Amino acid sequence: MSEKTFMVPNPPTPNKAVEFNPDICIGCNLCVDVCPTDVMMPNPEKKMQPIVLYPEECWFCGGCVEECPRPGAITMLHPTQQRISVNWKRKDTGELYRLGMMNPPPPNTRPPSG
Amino acid sequence: MSTWHECVQRSGSLPEWPYPIDYDKENEVVTDVMVIGGGVAGLQAAVNAARMGVKVAVLERGHAKRSGAGGAGVDHWHGAVTNPCSKVTPEMYTNACYESMRGWTGGHVRYIITRESWDTLLECEKMGVQIRDVRDEFKRAEFRDDRTKLMFAYDYRSRHVIRVWGYNIKVKLYEEAKRLGVNIFNRMMPTSLLTSGGKQGRRVIGATAVNTRTGEFYVFRSKATVIATGGAGRLFDFSPEVTSSSSMGNMNSSGAGEALGWKAGAELVCMEGSGPGRLSGYAYAPYSMANAHNTYHGTPIVDAEGKEVPWVDAFNRPIKDQPGRFLPSEGQNFILGEGIGISRYLEQFRNNDLTHDLPERIRRGEFKLPLYADLTRLTEAERRCIFGMMVGNEGKTRVPIYDTMTKAGFDPDKDLFQAPVTLPEGYAHSNFWSTGVNTPPTIRSLGGGGFLVDWDLKTNLEGLYIGAGGNLFGGGCHGESHTTGRYAGRHAAAYSRSAPEPVADAKQIKKEKESAYHATQQSKKGNGWKEINAAIARIMRDYCGQYKNEQTLNLGLRLLGELKSTELASAYASNPHELGRLLECHSIITVGELVMKASLQRKASNSILNFQRLDFPAVDPPEWNKLLPIRQEDNKVKIRELQLDFHLKAPYVSSYEENYQKHCMK
Repeated sequence: MSEKTFMVPNPPTPNKAVEFNPDICIGCNLCVDVCPTDVMMPNPEKKMQPIVLYPEECWFCGGCVEECPRPGAITMLHPTQQRISVNWKRKDTGELYRLGMMNPPPPNTRPPSG
Repeated sequence: MSTWHECVQRSGSLPEWPYPIDYDKENEVVTDVMVIGGGVAGLQAAVNAARMGVKVAVLERGHAKRSGAGGAGVDHWHGAVTNPCSKVTPEMYTNACYESMRGWTGGHVRYIITRESWDTLLECEKMGVQIRDVRDEFKRAEFRDDRTKLMFAYDYRSRHVIRVWGYNIKVKLYEEAKRLGVNIFNRMMPTSLLTSGGKQGRRVIGATAVNTRTGEFYVFRSKATVIATGGAGRLFDFSPEVTSSSSMGNMNSSGAGEALGWKAGAELVCMEGSGPGRLSGYAYAPYSMANAHNTYHGTPIVDAEGKEVPWVDAFNRPIKDQPGRFLPSEGQNFILGEGIGISRYLEQFRNNDLTHDLPERIRRGEFKLPLYADLTRLTEAERRCIFGMMVGNEGKTRVPIYDTMTKAGFDPDKDLFQAPVTLPEGYAHSNFWSTGVNTPPTIRSLGGGGFLVDWDLKTNLEGLYIGAGGNLFGGGCHGESHTTGRYAGRHAAAYSRSAPEPVADAKQIKKEKESAYHATQQSKKGNGWKEINAAIARIMRDYCGQYKNEQTLNLGLRLLGELKSTELASAYASNPHELGRLLECHSIITVGELVMKASLQRKASNSILNFQRLDFPAVDPPEWNKLLPIRQEDNKVKIRELQLDFHLKAPYVSSYEENYQKHCMK
């Protein structure tokens, strides 16, 4: 282990609220601009993804994801205590699924109405 | 890298505040109409004032493009009784609400809402919100009118609640406001209303605010003002780590508007009313689990072995088939619908529901947990409408539920959606995801009370109008916020045209500025905002809970005062964000004091306000069947008495229609 260990406060709950994919995010900060509760801050390094500073203030509205011009750059993550609760069962087979499972079934690609 | 923790551990250094801070800088904005709160109500007020050709400024706590409780979307629009398919009149609807609440709601506000709800929705359609099934996706469905392509919810016969594709409604309103030249100031925490001569009870002529990114101070001078803020969600409980994700009101809900109005001398009413904090967030991600309520109304609920839970009508009679869940039953003219800001329904207007003895039947073993929503038992149109149209457009459902769940493989055509596993009594209400039974019983939420307004939606203060859902006596939820905002915006604009120039009192501004920055000048040892907020909530739960008496209320007031002069006075804000949250704590305390003072005035228990005085246990004594509007004059509480039907008494006339025509400014 070469990395230094720092004195930091415990990770907040929820840990993240949103997660960035640095390969897709262009650091445009549109998500930072529109967040109703100012959860994220611009990265001090230009063109880098924002920093989630106040995840416990997130309302989980998903507005940041809707605002993002680069699909896949930002993902909203329900808190683990919510993710673990979203369960469903295939009627025919009785198979059990949950949000966040290790090997999820293939996505349902049907878009919403409208 | 996404989080602060990752950032500091990678770089080994603390990132600096990213925005330029200038606490000393004072900005002045002069406008005709100022709107405080840029949610759906506030932007409607702004748009409609701007259309009348006046200059408009909006102060928004977050960013107006997506902010507010209504900013995350809407899937059904209430009270659209003047739509061409409706079989309900404004009088029928208003009377149904008023009688259900036995008079404890502002009938005039309800009437204004029902007269203009459909018009407001048509304007949203012009802005680009889809309100009709233009792609004929639901052709010939029971809930669709094939001529107008409108689709209806709850009551397919009466057709006054309209299903809408409103996930982008806030964005469209925002674009319209920008197009009309509305001057929007985002990240503004308002700290006071300015009044003529700086005196309580005088004309409102502006506001002061702090920018919560830069810390700069703002002085707004306006001829007319509209308050369009949300509720005080952080008053009785503060546990955002647990509750934020499952609440339908966000962190910015600090009761700022009510606090501003109360301090300026505005009159409020029924602030003593509260209810169990069923929706305070001790729940699951909204709409993420099986239930049969509002958006999911009509959804078949089955037990672990596939046995379906029966439905009953408003009179507790069994409903035999699925279509019956969406129709009024014998003895009903029409069904009002859920989510309109009233806490009780007369049977003749009540919704069909899952059988009310479900908890007992679960306890007996007749239905085995877990329960599931079996959408496959619905018709294709009904299933797609619930999961795909409503879930996908209702607030917090487009990205958080529809996109997230379908990406994870959920398919409503094939899958059973599990309900929370909770206490049997948790299934007494068909909104299972909100699991009200999980909320600690000491947590209350304010309900039904708010600003007292006249037929112009004007307060007792000259120049101050209210357009809102939650903090307006007689207001409701999403659509009601749009409609009252729109009406208040028109009236504020009209007033501003002939109103004298606002002259702010320099002493008041100086005093407000000093107090706004107090927390930045305290020792770094001082408390942070979360500590303060949690303490306020504790005092409210303990001393202003479901059961109150003169002593507990006075002790509670004393402790709120203690907190203000000790822990809050020495609280420290290290940056403008923390400063904004601390200023919100001032708002929350002010609302707490208002609630306790209003509670002290009602010396009787009241079943509609869910108000229990241990020292006055007689419930609903006739001599207390009156409103007690409350305000401050020289910082002293002033109370008067008002009849419940004041809106149809002198100086008004006895007919809703005539009063409306006289005041609607059409």
